[in-house]
Amino acid sequence: MAIWIEEDAKVLVQGITGKQGMFHAGKMVEYGTNLVGGVTPGKGGQEVLGVPVFNSMIEAIKQTDADATVIYVPPPFAGEAIIEAANAFETVKGSGVIVCITEGIPTLDMVNAAAYVANRENVRLIGPNCPGIITPGETGGSKLGIMPGHIHAKGRIGIVSKSGTLTYEAVAQTMSINEGQSTCIGIGGDPVNGTGFIECLSAFEADPQTEAIVMIGEIGGNAEQEAAAWAKENCTKPIVGFVAGATAPPGKRMGHAGAIISGGKGTAEEKFEAFEAAGIACARDPSELGQVLLASLKEAGLR
Amino acid sequence: MNIHEYQGKALLKAAGVPVLEGVHCTSVNDALEAYDALGSKIVAVKSQIHAGGRGKGTMYNPETREEVMQGGVKIAFSREEVETYASNILGNILVTIQTGDEGKIVNNLYVESGCAIAHEYYLALLVDREEKTVLIMASTEGGMDIEDVAHNTPEKIHKINVDPNAGLLGFQKRDLGMALGLSGNALKSFFKMLGKMYDMFISQDCAMVEINPLVKTEDDEIVALDSKISFDENAEFRHKDWNDLRDLSEEEDVEIRAKETGLSYVKLDGNIGCLVNGAGLAMATMDVIKLYGGEPANFLDVGGGADEEQVKTAFSIILEDPNVKGILVNIFGGIMRCDIIARGVIGATQSLGLDVPLVVRLAGTNVDEGKAILAASDLNIHPADDLAEGAQKIVSLIGGGE
Repeated sequence: MAIWIEEDAKVLVQGITGKQGMFHAGKMVEYGTNLVGGVTPGKGGQEVLGVPVFNSMIEAIKQTDADATVIYVPPPFAGEAIIEAANAFETVKGSGVIVCITEGIPTLDMVNAAAYVANRENVRLIGPNCPGIITPGETGGSKLGIMPGHIHAKGRIGIVSKSGTLTYEAVAQTMSINEGQSTCIGIGGDPVNGTGFIECLSAFEADPQTEAIVMIGEIGGNAEQEAAAWAKENCTKPIVGFVAGATAPPGKRMGHAGAIISGGKGTAEEKFEAFEAAGIACARDPSELGQVLLASLKEAGLR
Repeated sequence: MNIHEYQGKALLKAAGVPVLEGVHCTSVNDALEAYDALGSKIVAVKSQIHAGGRGKGTMYNPETREEVMQGGVKIAFSREEVETYASNILGNILVTIQTGDEGKIVNNLYVESGCAIAHEYYLALLVDREEKTVLIMASTEGGMDIEDVAHNTPEKIHKINVDPNAGLLGFQKRDLGMALGLSGNALKSFFKMLGKMYDMFISQDCAMVEINPLVKTEDDEIVALDSKISFDENAEFRHKDWNDLRDLSEEEDVEIRAKETGLSYVKLDGNIGCLVNGAGLAMATMDVIKLYGGEPANFLDVGGGADEEQVKTAFSIILEDPNVKGILVNIFGGIMRCDIIARGVIGATQSLGLDVPLVVRLAGTNVDEGKAILAASDLNIHPADDLAEGAQKIVSLIGGGE
């Protein structure tokens, strides 16, 4: 078991004929992902990386029975690509996972897309502006996104993060204490996204393979505080946390569209305090996440 | 992206939201002509800068730093006063609680007719990250700092979330107007105004529209007396006209250059330059530098797919900052390959010269190749295996730390 994406999940790529889509679809296949097709309107009938290209998501899901899709469509069209995918999964098989990697989608497009997905109970959106989701396997596994596959290994640590490279850092930290990962999810750094921290924590809590969780937040908004309060009431598994942006000046966007301290709210300090109040073991330096995790595992009798 | 009040008012007016008559001026002469043209006995003479707190700010002479006048927004009761205020504002520096001590030079002025105010309100439209909808916030406490109102009297702030499937509905506009205590013609005026403003928020891809104060006139009309509007930069591709509204003098030159190269850069006050891939890791790198007693000079995310040329530009931006006494490069290669970074670093230092210590931490894709390239060069590069080691090394190399 892992969460949301099983090792052998059947995966589509939207925007597979584009430069980014083709490059990353290739890397996904190299890792072991079960790629079953791609979608580019107007290019149906072609073949890319040995899989068929379809004109629409409805057609692609009907033909391949896909479980999930990864979107590499450019920002002007990505909001609509999410909606197309949500509609197709709902219509054809009643459920599905949509992973949107695209960075730079207009916020109001995401307001519409997020509302559309939220109205379809069994359709899940991860991202946008995220590295994706990966479930490492014994050999290979399922990689839906742009993360470097080779740094991961199958194991019992669940990782959830707003950032890309900082997630890789967290993965490397678990490996440094000889722990692998159940599933790693980048929820993305945009102000409006799909799946949030709480849904990830809740799924990790319910997943028998996951025995401990690493949660990486950053400045902006209050998703981390809400997640911490939720975890305090609902999580029995040990959680280790870090928040990026303690030195970020107020009112300035730090790369991610959502990483901004506005009106004095959403500071790293606020979030660290919320983590600590919820019993989450914090590292102030991400290079110490491994050691903090090790201590938490020992305390829980897991090492 | 922020725009000036006068630009925001033009957008509001075009959208059908009532604003007062006003004229954008760049000289004292313009201001006098505007006064004559407006034909209003009382006018507001308003500094145009992208920062709040203008009314309570102070004007200073840019050379002598002597105080010129209290307040960056003045009410003039005569032509002579318009002349005095305009000449005290234009070309001088306005310092407000939001500008920092250095303040901002004022090149633009807005001269606006007066009106008879019966009550001042606060109104804002923005995106609610938690509810994932547009949020409309209003309060009877206009003209005040809304953060203070939210903190001291939260019951005086009224909110509506707009369901994107349904849009802004009539009962929501009515409820909000009634919560503000409006009735009769004022309620009707508010109802109509709010619909137009919401439509503008959506069609213009706004990130925020803040009207403080929104006023009820003695004739029971609702008018936007101020305007603070910002756009969602992700939507720039469908708003070609934004380019004309951009005031580059309000942005740091180097931040503009970084953006043009596809880099994300924010200047800070410290002395350790950082070059990192990924926004989260870039923030974490700054945090760890500080944790080990140093001060970061910048935030710099080269992104996931930077090439050698971008790395070179990133390096030159860091080196141009006279405060920089050392550099920490921190790369966790995903899509980004460590060998590309290594080549970019060597290329940049060869063409730009390097007289400050450089610590490089590489991990991830093609790390061994990257390390080998750096080791083979004759540059004085200090390698580090993890972020903590990198931060400690650069802090000690510049002789900093506690």
